[in-house]
Amino acid sequence: MANIISDETIEYVGILAKLELSEKEREQAKKDMGRMLDYIDKLGELDTTGVQPMSHVFPVQNVFREDVVTNGDRRDEMLSNAPEEKDGMFVAPKTFE
Amino acid sequence: MKITDMTAVELAAAIRAGQTTAVEAAEAMLDRIRERDPVYHCYVTVDREGALSQARAVQEKIAAGELGGPLAGVPVAVKDNLCTEGLLTTCASRMLQNFVPTYTAEAVVNLQRAGAVILGKTNMDEFAMGSTTETSAYGATKNPWNPAHVPGGSSGGSAAAVAAGECYYALGSDTGGSIRQPAAYCGMVGMKPTYGTVSRYGLIAYGSSLDQIGPLTKDVTDCAAVLETIASYDKKDSTSIRRQDTDFMSALTEDVKGLRIGIPNDYLKEGLEEEVRAAVLQAAEELARSGAVVERFDLSLAEYAIPAYYTIAAAEASSNLERFDGIKYGYRTKEYAGLHNMYKKSRSEGFGEEVKRRIMLGSFVLSSGYYDAYYLKALRVKALIKQAFDAAFARYDVILGPVAPTTAPKLGESLADPIRMYLGDIYTISVNLAGLPGISLPCGKDRQGLPIGLQLIGDCFQEKKLIRTAYTYEKILQAKQEGYRHEQTI
Repeated sequence: MANIISDETIEYVGILAKLELSEKEREQAKKDMGRMLDYIDKLGELDTTGVQPMSHVFPVQNVFREDVVTNGDRRDEMLSNAPEEKDGMFVAPKTFE
Repeated sequence: MKITDMTAVELAAAIRAGQTTAVEAAEAMLDRIRERDPVYHCYVTVDREGALSQARAVQEKIAAGELGGPLAGVPVAVKDNLCTEGLLTTCASRMLQNFVPTYTAEAVVNLQRAGAVILGKTNMDEFAMGSTTETSAYGATKNPWNPAHVPGGSSGGSAAAVAAGECYYALGSDTGGSIRQPAAYCGMVGMKPTYGTVSRYGLIAYGSSLDQIGPLTKDVTDCAAVLETIASYDKKDSTSIRRQDTDFMSALTEDVKGLRIGIPNDYLKEGLEEEVRAAVLQAAEELARSGAVVERFDLSLAEYAIPAYYTIAAAEASSNLERFDGIKYGYRTKEYAGLHNMYKKSRSEGFGEEVKRRIMLGSFVLSSGYYDAYYLKALRVKALIKQAFDAAFARYDVILGPVAPTTAPKLGESLADPIRMYLGDIYTISVNLAGLPGISLPCGKDRQGLPIGLQLIGDCFQEKKLIRTAYTYEKILQAKQEGYRHEQTI
């Protein structure tokens, strides 16, 4: 079974993944993803009826803690990693006009 | 013995005995790095001044009797996906080319408390996605046994640094074999502990349900010492497990009498190189001669582990890597039109090809309409794989097999065909899916002189059985070859 990835699908994946591909990259991505899905389709050979999906190998439940601040004020150090900052804040592009 | 020939535990003993100092050891490693790293490129960042000042501080504490454990004063290299406060942490990606963390990963904090001296950060596949360390944005690492070959990956820089004697031991991370496979390719010992044993706090996430931090060392004793030091329960990692049995050095005994070892027939099938197969079976025979009960059995489902793994790992990666948005830290593109265009351009320019491939696949398998067919299906197969291991461990104490189908491939041979590269993970990947511990250790060399790795897999929380078996086998090798200590390249 060969998976053919359409232009619409790769466009949609680009939106979900927040990636912008050049024409050449897009063609390569279509091919790569098609091949990977062909390969993943192998899982279809296994009958998994009645098998519960296992997200965690141990029966671990939610872990809770008190909501107490334990770290100090590291504002300036954290901001120094930002591509752009101003007056103690992150600078982001305008989100609406 | 020259201090550069010592293992980590031997060096710490020599420092305690006053035969050398932490400062001398750090200087010796920095000299080695200066001399050899231009060839092997194990490090992304070397912290010369930091290492020397840490060494002086640690030496004072050792002299004052405040520090004296099995790793006190020993220089270590840390994989570049583990956050280190004040020290560049790039994940071998352009995306994090100038990221300086404000905190240190818990596993590294545990080492620092034990008196480790951090030399620098090691090269890796970008965001730990790859099996060769060739997807690094900062250039490939070379295998110290033969620089025309890859060191394996993704913890290739860590494995190569230990093999080249550019550190005494290193930390790596293992999502699908990323500690065990480079350890095998570089002739070192590498261990992936049971999921939850080592805190993942401060490890830059790839596949969170699969990632574990572990040691890369010169021998099994060092491996046990490092694992004992880094294992801890940590409230900051919600998947951390409270264990009482982390005194792993107590398992360094020569005793495999009556130990039940199973070799999966599935791990000896087509695709496995003849020399690797012969070396692995030879190792099993040696263990049988020492009293282990060795049998072949059918594990089943091995061939389904890779597609299940790549579905789950890609899904988790696509979610984990959403945080790289060019706002709070990381790369931001120069020119853009509005917020969304900035996100897209920054990510497209900041991530390499393999990372983008996995993010796209992950986004697809999680998208509505495909979620059940791909993602949930893979999680169901994961449950079946776990059941197959449960059945195997009802009969065996340890599962024995190869680490990888071949020895280290030549540089430039693997990336052209991603699926072929993924197939190389067939023996290591199920261990991560099932949360099991696995150790890789040398068991010979091929015709080209490249190391061959032996893998031992245990049931959850059975690291001690693995350490005992590995230690016994290492002693057998030492008895066979006079003068054999650990694998040495130079």
